Amino acid sequence: MRAAHFCESCGKVQPPAPTDYFSYFGLPRKLNIDTAQLEREFYRLSRKLHPDLYARASEQEQEWSTERSSLLNDAYRTLRDPVARTEYLLKLEGVQLEEQSKAATDRARESGGEKKQVVPPELLEEVFELNMQLQELKLSKQMGEAADERVVRDLTAAKQGFEARLSGLDQRLQQTWAAWDERSGQRHEGDAESRKALEAMVEVLNTRSYIRNLVRDVNAALEA
Amino acid sequence: MAEAERIVGIDLGTTNSLVAYMEPESAHGPGAAGRPVVIPGEDGANLVPSLVALDGSGEIIVGNAARSHLIETPDRAVYSIKRLMGRGVEDVQDELKLFPFRLAGDMAPGEVLRIKLGERDFTPPEISAFILRQLRRNAERFFGAPVRKAVITVPAYFNDAQRQATKDAGRIAGLEVLRLVNEPTAAALAYGLDKKREGIVAVYDLGGGTFDISILKLQDGIFEVIATNGDTHLGGDDIDNLLITIALDDIRGDMNIDLARNGEAVQAIRKAVIEAKIALSSEQRATIECELPGGRHYRRQITREQFEQLIAPIIQRTAGPCRQALADAGLKPEQVDEVALVGGSTRIPRVRQLVRELFKREPHSELNPDEVVALGAAVQAHILGGGSEATRDMLLLDVTPLSLGIEALGGVVAKIIQRNSTIPASATEHFTTGVEGQTSVAIHVVQGERELAKDCRSLARFDLKGITPMAAGLPRIEVKFLIDANGILHVSAREQRSGKEAQIDVKPTYGLTDDQVESMILDSFDNAEEDFRARQAIEARNEAQTILDALEKGRGTEAWVQLTPAERSRIHRLEQELLVVRNSENHHAIQAKIAELNEATLRLAELMMDSAVSSALKGKSMESAEVGDAMNAPHPFAPAEIQETK
Repeated sequence: MRAAHFCESCGKVQPPAPTDYFSYFGLPRKLNIDTAQLEREFYRLSRKLHPDLYARASEQEQEWSTERSSLLNDAYRTLRDPVARTEYLLKLEGVQLEEQSKAATDRARESGGEKKQVVPPELLEEVFELNMQLQELKLSKQMGEAADERVVRDLTAAKQGFEARLSGLDQRLQQTWAAWDERSGQRHEGDAESRKALEAMVEVLNTRSYIRNLVRDVNAALEA
Repeated sequence: MAEAERIVGIDLGTTNSLVAYMEPESAHGPGAAGRPVVIPGEDGANLVPSLVALDGSGEIIVGNAARSHLIETPDRAVYSIKRLMGRGVEDVQDELKLFPFRLAGDMAPGEVLRIKLGERDFTPPEISAFILRQLRRNAERFFGAPVRKAVITVPAYFNDAQRQATKDAGRIAGLEVLRLVNEPTAAALAYGLDKKREGIVAVYDLGGGTFDISILKLQDGIFEVIATNGDTHLGGDDIDNLLITIALDDIRGDMNIDLARNGEAVQAIRKAVIEAKIALSSEQRATIECELPGGRHYRRQITREQFEQLIAPIIQRTAGPCRQALADAGLKPEQVDEVALVGGSTRIPRVRQLVRELFKREPHSELNPDEVVALGAAVQAHILGGGSEATRDMLLLDVTPLSLGIEALGGVVAKIIQRNSTIPASATEHFTTGVEGQTSVAIHVVQGERELAKDCRSLARFDLKGITPMAAGLPRIEVKFLIDANGILHVSAREQRSGKEAQIDVKPTYGLTDDQVESMILDSFDNAEEDFRARQAIEARNEAQTILDALEKGRGTEAWVQLTPAERSRIHRLEQELLVVRNSENHHAIQAKIAELNEATLRLAELMMDSAVSSALKGKSMESAEVGDAMNAPHPFAPAEIQETK
């Protein structure tokens, strides 16, 4: 059911009621979204809720309009992006992304160390290799030597390999969406298929985030 | 148009400031679209130099009139104040080396800057307020009515403190700032209004002191900013300073005198280099030439090629932000449909060339780069005022230029609102206690992209107080961060277990408190407002006296007797009523009553006129006619045609 943004009788903007982003846009909790339609809806609602339209209204209405449109903007920003949308669904479903979880952040804070990420098993070998090369590059920089061309070449190649994996992961993510969306009609508490789909999403997102960090580290090392 | 709804658009620039408004549609005949126009100053110029001086008698002088002060008494004048808006002593050290800003001697770290002008100190918002007040006066003179509301533009890359300082300046100048609009976005509005544009538009805005790049998507009247980037300390000023440094080096080398500390000489050189810089946009060579103290003369030829080599590193600094904005927008240069140039510094051919290289297309500059931002501000002001046919479908969706974060343990920043998020934007965070019985939690809010809080811009520190003592980790305090449509942060908090609102004292790191702003509100503003009303009331009273005098004269004439008793009693009643309202300060009421009395005495005037005509025909001179004196009064009692019968 669509959230009530306006008063049905007087048409005035209403104070925001607690709601999730999917229902804000009147959407079912599915991951395959028609983003063009989402954008049209975002524009349509913006034309009604944006504070510019309430510059002459009462202070209360201005405040509500600001809150309402911040919610609209937050919802649109989250839903239009495939990764943010998936993460948001996981949060709604009470699933924690281990590596990005608040718990992991808190642990890192308490220990004062960096947030540890578990290496996805299929990447173990490549990551080991990559870390060696990064180490080598760092060492030669510390010694004030010019970076070994071979190391630079290898790192660049490795980076490209990881980037290719990232686009492969995007496809895998879409497959998990399909699995989740399919169960949408007959979902019930503890539905095993749905659970499996959610777990697959967690795995894809974790791998994705891990690879992105790797690429970032390689870029930083090459640019340094 | 109702006076209260007269909203102007203001471009408060580093070098020049302008005020504009949306001309009503009727000004161009029925059906014609309204268009934004710049309101000129008393001197007829559209640009008001952002220059403030304190003259010998303690009066504030703004704009072109302050130019001579800048040269003659540089310690009593200030320019480019925008560079200091929302900044602390710690972060303006570089500016102080290049600009003749004189800080007050008794400044403490963390305090809002105070600049010395002669024997007085002013904060940057106060100095900006003087400029805004001048613009406001220009608009009031133009409209013949008070102006109270404005839309003010700011560089897109301005942080929270700089925005807040601008808003404070508006308040000090007696303006209700309905919206702060980002300069490149305002420019896009002016461009978009001009031609109904669609597609991806990049606005490259290089002004006197700031650089912005904004990438927008225009569709069905929606101006959606996708990404923005920039540098709030990069502009034409930097080119001027570079040329000044070269001239000072020349002088030191050739004449063996160091003029760097000589304010007067530096200002003379500055004027000369700016002239040369401007000339080099159209000429292949120019001369930097000026008189120095001691009757010496400085002269140096500079070719465009040399100039372009010199400024290349400065101009190149705009490339990084452009690439970052494209990357953030997820676009390749080829996907940008149009590039618009804004800001005086985009007149430099080398700048245009760089833009061409970066975006791989010819940039647009049909609209005057100095005025387009003010025109866009006027369009936005018009939209906020309710809009019209021309702006009916237009809506601006802007973004926050910098990520908002909270300092976490170890000084690391936890980002809660990412840069380029559409505003208004919000984030809710939960906090708890670390020690048993803890009743307050300190929170440090920062803005910026760096990993560590110390490298970001500190916005505010505040304490969540009044937490019920509980075991560590048990309280759950929900803090809501909201960036409003002006790009300004608001914070509210609630302890979830008790449900009670937690107390927040947000102490802006580099801002004025509400009380400070309140105390700075220019007395002269209120006076200007009062003066304006008082003047109108005085004029109305004078007008009332004129009609009352004329009526008094009329009573002694034959014409009076010819009126019916009803006419006479109506005139008498209205006269009494006018006598009552005449002493009020309400010029509207006085004028309304004058109009009524005028209407009631119309027949008396006609009769008097007839009798005057007949007296004139009888050979009497006008002067000696009974009603002669009344005839000379500037009033309907004495229509000018009478004179022609002589």
